[in-house]
Amino acid sequence: MVIKQVITTAGFALAFLLMGNSALLGQSMLDSIQRLDEVVITADRVVREVNPVQRLDGAQLQRLSSHSVADALRYFSGLQIKDYGGVGGLKTVNIRSMGTNHVGVFYDGIELGNAQNGTIDLGRFSLDNMESVTLYNGQKSAAFQPAKDFGSAGSVYLQSRTPVFEERKARLLKATVKTASFDVINPAVLWEQKLNETTNASVSAEYMHTSGRYKFTYRVKDGYDTTAVRQNGDVNALRAEVGLYGKMDDGHWKAKAYLYRSERGYPGAVVKNKFSHEDRQWDTNVFTQGSFRKDFGGFYSMLLNGKYAYDYLHYLSDPTKDESAMYVDNRYRQQEVYLSSANRFTLLSCLEACLSADCQFNLLDANLINFAYPRRHTALTVAALSLHTERWKVQASILGTFVHDVAKYDEAAGNKTEWTPSAVASFQPWKEHDFHLRAFYKRIFRMPTLNDLYYTFIGNVYLKPEYTHQYNIGVTYSKRFDEGVLRRIEWQTDAYYNEVKNKIVAIPSSNFYRWTMLNFGEVRIKGVDVAVHTDWLPANDWQLIGRLNYTYQRAQDVTDRSDPYYGGQIPYIPRHSGSAILNLTYRRWEANYSFIYTGERYSSRSNIPVNYQLSWYTSDLSFARSWKGGWKVTAEVNNLLNQQYEVVSSYPMPGINFRLTAQYTLSL
Amino acid sequence: MKEQVLYFLLLLVLFAACRGEIPLIQEEEENVSPPSGDKTVAGFYLLNEGNMGSNKASLDYFDSSKGQYHRNIYAERNPSIVKELGDVGNDIAVYGSKLYAVINCSNYVEVMDARTAKHIGSFEVQNCRYITFGKGKAYVSSYAGPVQIDPNARPGKVVEVDTVNFQIQREVTVGYQPEEMVITDGKLYVANSGGYRVPNYDKTISVIDLASFTETKKINVAINLHRMRLDNYGNIYVTSRGDYYDVHSNVYVINSKTDLVTSVLDFPANELWVHGDSLYAYSSEFSKYTNEYTVNYTIYDVKKRKVMTKNFITDGSDKEIDIPYALAVHPVTSEIFVSDAKDYVTPGRLYCFSPDGKQKWTVTTGDIPAHIVFLMNK
Repeated sequence: MVIKQVITTAGFALAFLLMGNSALLGQSMLDSIQRLDEVVITADRVVREVNPVQRLDGAQLQRLSSHSVADALRYFSGLQIKDYGGVGGLKTVNIRSMGTNHVGVFYDGIELGNAQNGTIDLGRFSLDNMESVTLYNGQKSAAFQPAKDFGSAGSVYLQSRTPVFEERKARLLKATVKTASFDVINPAVLWEQKLNETTNASVSAEYMHTSGRYKFTYRVKDGYDTTAVRQNGDVNALRAEVGLYGKMDDGHWKAKAYLYRSERGYPGAVVKNKFSHEDRQWDTNVFTQGSFRKDFGGFYSMLLNGKYAYDYLHYLSDPTKDESAMYVDNRYRQQEVYLSSANRFTLLSCLEACLSADCQFNLLDANLINFAYPRRHTALTVAALSLHTERWKVQASILGTFVHDVAKYDEAAGNKTEWTPSAVASFQPWKEHDFHLRAFYKRIFRMPTLNDLYYTFIGNVYLKPEYTHQYNIGVTYSKRFDEGVLRRIEWQTDAYYNEVKNKIVAIPSSNFYRWTMLNFGEVRIKGVDVAVHTDWLPANDWQLIGRLNYTYQRAQDVTDRSDPYYGGQIPYIPRHSGSAILNLTYRRWEANYSFIYTGERYSSRSNIPVNYQLSWYTSDLSFARSWKGGWKVTAEVNNLLNQQYEVVSSYPMPGINFRLTAQYTLSL
Repeated sequence: MKEQVLYFLLLLVLFAACRGEIPLIQEEEENVSPPSGDKTVAGFYLLNEGNMGSNKASLDYFDSSKGQYHRNIYAERNPSIVKELGDVGNDIAVYGSKLYAVINCSNYVEVMDARTAKHIGSFEVQNCRYITFGKGKAYVSSYAGPVQIDPNARPGKVVEVDTVNFQIQREVTVGYQPEEMVITDGKLYVANSGGYRVPNYDKTISVIDLASFTETKKINVAINLHRMRLDNYGNIYVTSRGDYYDVHSNVYVINSKTDLVTSVLDFPANELWVHGDSLYAYSSEFSKYTNEYTVNYTIYDVKKRKVMTKNFITDGSDKEIDIPYALAVHPVTSEIFVSDAKDYVTPGRLYCFSPDGKQKWTVTTGDIPAHIVFLMNK
């Protein structure tokens, strides 16, 4: 215990030391805020990455019939979206079956936090101003990045649009109006302006309303057939962002302020005799963040990041509106302060050493009885080495995480110190072929969330971190053709074996209302992800892009050998899933067809008929036409075959639905 | 190229048309014991709660004459009933020729034929909890009493329902979050928990005069009351759940003649069952300090006023049970039934023990096997 404490203290000290050093080095620049330029990475081709990566960006992202980032992520392999239905329903992402809490979600390079329950609702992030959505297994393939970027089993990077101007233009206006089924009205406006030769600014705002009403049907073979309208799925949401982007010699900076406010109903589970609910939620999420990056000669580069976030959540369940409801009027306030310093030392032209240190403070307040008022101090330090020769790329890193919790009423969870390694290698056997072999190993954990530890009644302060081990091997291949119909093919296949240990699960205690969190579960996951991307030029003026993704996953619960359901596939993970996208362009016309398939699953690890969930597949079709004056109109039909399906049992999804988008872009 | 795209689309349409309808949940049969020699009891129904929001309340039936266990019988016997039995089965009872199942989160009581489990009718009671009967009437306790100005102080109610036409006849407001009830001597007793008002639990039993259907008094007992049973001597046994921190579960005795608390039994109980002069109880308390459960299987003699055993399972097979849940004693053979709710998200198990506590048979149930009612032969 004493030793642990010493290590923790040392960890904090090291973190502060590194922070201090970078502050000194970057002193002259400190009054400006910072920028991490993702554009360079975006330009890299997918197959060049050391870690398995999948990306949707630019026009392709915009062409998908997607309301939100979550919808776009459905096209990636090795990933499951838990979708509670409709535009407003919660949408969380699970990478390679390791669980939602193991996914880091980064917005413009800095992680979005939710210390309370560790999950990010990706349904809330609109694609309107999104430049790219990228999924990394393991971590982003870079040694030079904040320590936090090493801290998840898998990561999703959301990159918002950075201002780019046409030649001799200094202003850009983009206005969009979308209207769709479920009474969706979604206007958005973006303004980008060149302030001077080195600084650009952007302002964007978006409003979205939906009634969330859609028809759904339950049709049981030789049984009942019922159709109803989804209730209480309405959302009113406002997003506003301001960004500043600056350039300097050998560096750049970026600052951003973000506001999201929403009111929504909880559509809830559709169960017998209760098809509608009345409970509601109000959210306010505000953050400001900044990033600064500069190279000092060829030897040293620095990257500073900082963030402050405030999240407010109000949940109301009112028995005057729903007679059966329990009265709940809960308010949660979270604050987060985050500072990071990443430092790169280029030792040789082929060898880099990186040292990064992050500090984070989280605070959670709530108007609950016996609430613990937890505060969490986290320090992360990482040391990474990166070696790259013409045919070899090797990276190794070690991450130290030091967590110190304080709670007002209850006993706090105490200090935790964890050291976790990762190693990545990529090899090109033949110089003349763009064929790579790659492998990675990563051990990482997720801390118990503040809810896991301190939630009144349920929480358990003795929880240990939940660990994952990942082993991945893969191949990538890419080829361009100068003539013919097929112009480019990119192919990647990865096979992996993952283990989740000390899995934090809710275990029932003495009665139905009493659950407690325990480090109980163990899961083993074997999987294969395949992705093929092709570019075609079938005729003059015609262009076709095809993407195909497939995932096989065997994710077994191996917690207790004596359990009759030992080895059962874990809930909601299909063995087979996949997606296909076909995108056809002819002059100013575009057509897009996308298909998603999720195989049969079980809603419980007891893989028995009563828990069986049918497979589902949806087809979406869209057409777009643009005009010279900057106008573009898109019409979409989603779930073309009107399939009645559920991603999560008792949460019906919408059938066939439509959307119309009008966009006007003006460069001045 | 365009043709290929079209073929591809056509293929998908055909593929999509193949997706089946939701399969009807099939009844499963299993032989678990030799046929019973007893002819008075036909068998028993077991109501599985199913986890909240999963719509997985389910009904099992044990046929004594064949020693056969029928799992999940409701859907197949009532295929036209939308969304099967519903969400969270909270109580089950037989009255006359009918079987009643109280489905808490579906806010209704299902009425079935007691022999066939076929749907006869139903009635709605918001947030309904438990059911009891008297003189041709059903009484259902409900958390959903009239809403007050302070939404935190909403009392519960008991509704009276006609067992012929299933119409609600009278309602009476009682304490906070009322649970189980007993009827004796023209009076209905209901245990008020106050479970929604943590930490301000209710501590009372409401006494309802059935003739006027009014609350005549409140008996102060202990916090968070739950179970209630009547013995053959007019004594009411009521459990307190405690507060899950330092106040432990306990059992209190009320004399229904005087409506006074006459004794405290000083053992914890999650569930009770009266069989002759024996009060069966089990308790399972989780300690956050040790991460372990303490389980008791108690028999209390109501006549001798004495705890006879702290573990009525005598062959050590209590170790197999993770979370004891349902408890019942066969009215004729005195066999003891205890269910195991396991982790709440996978099927539980039912264990049958001989009267001297030796395991006779065991069978897989639905999720959270919780409430048992015996069916008598005519």
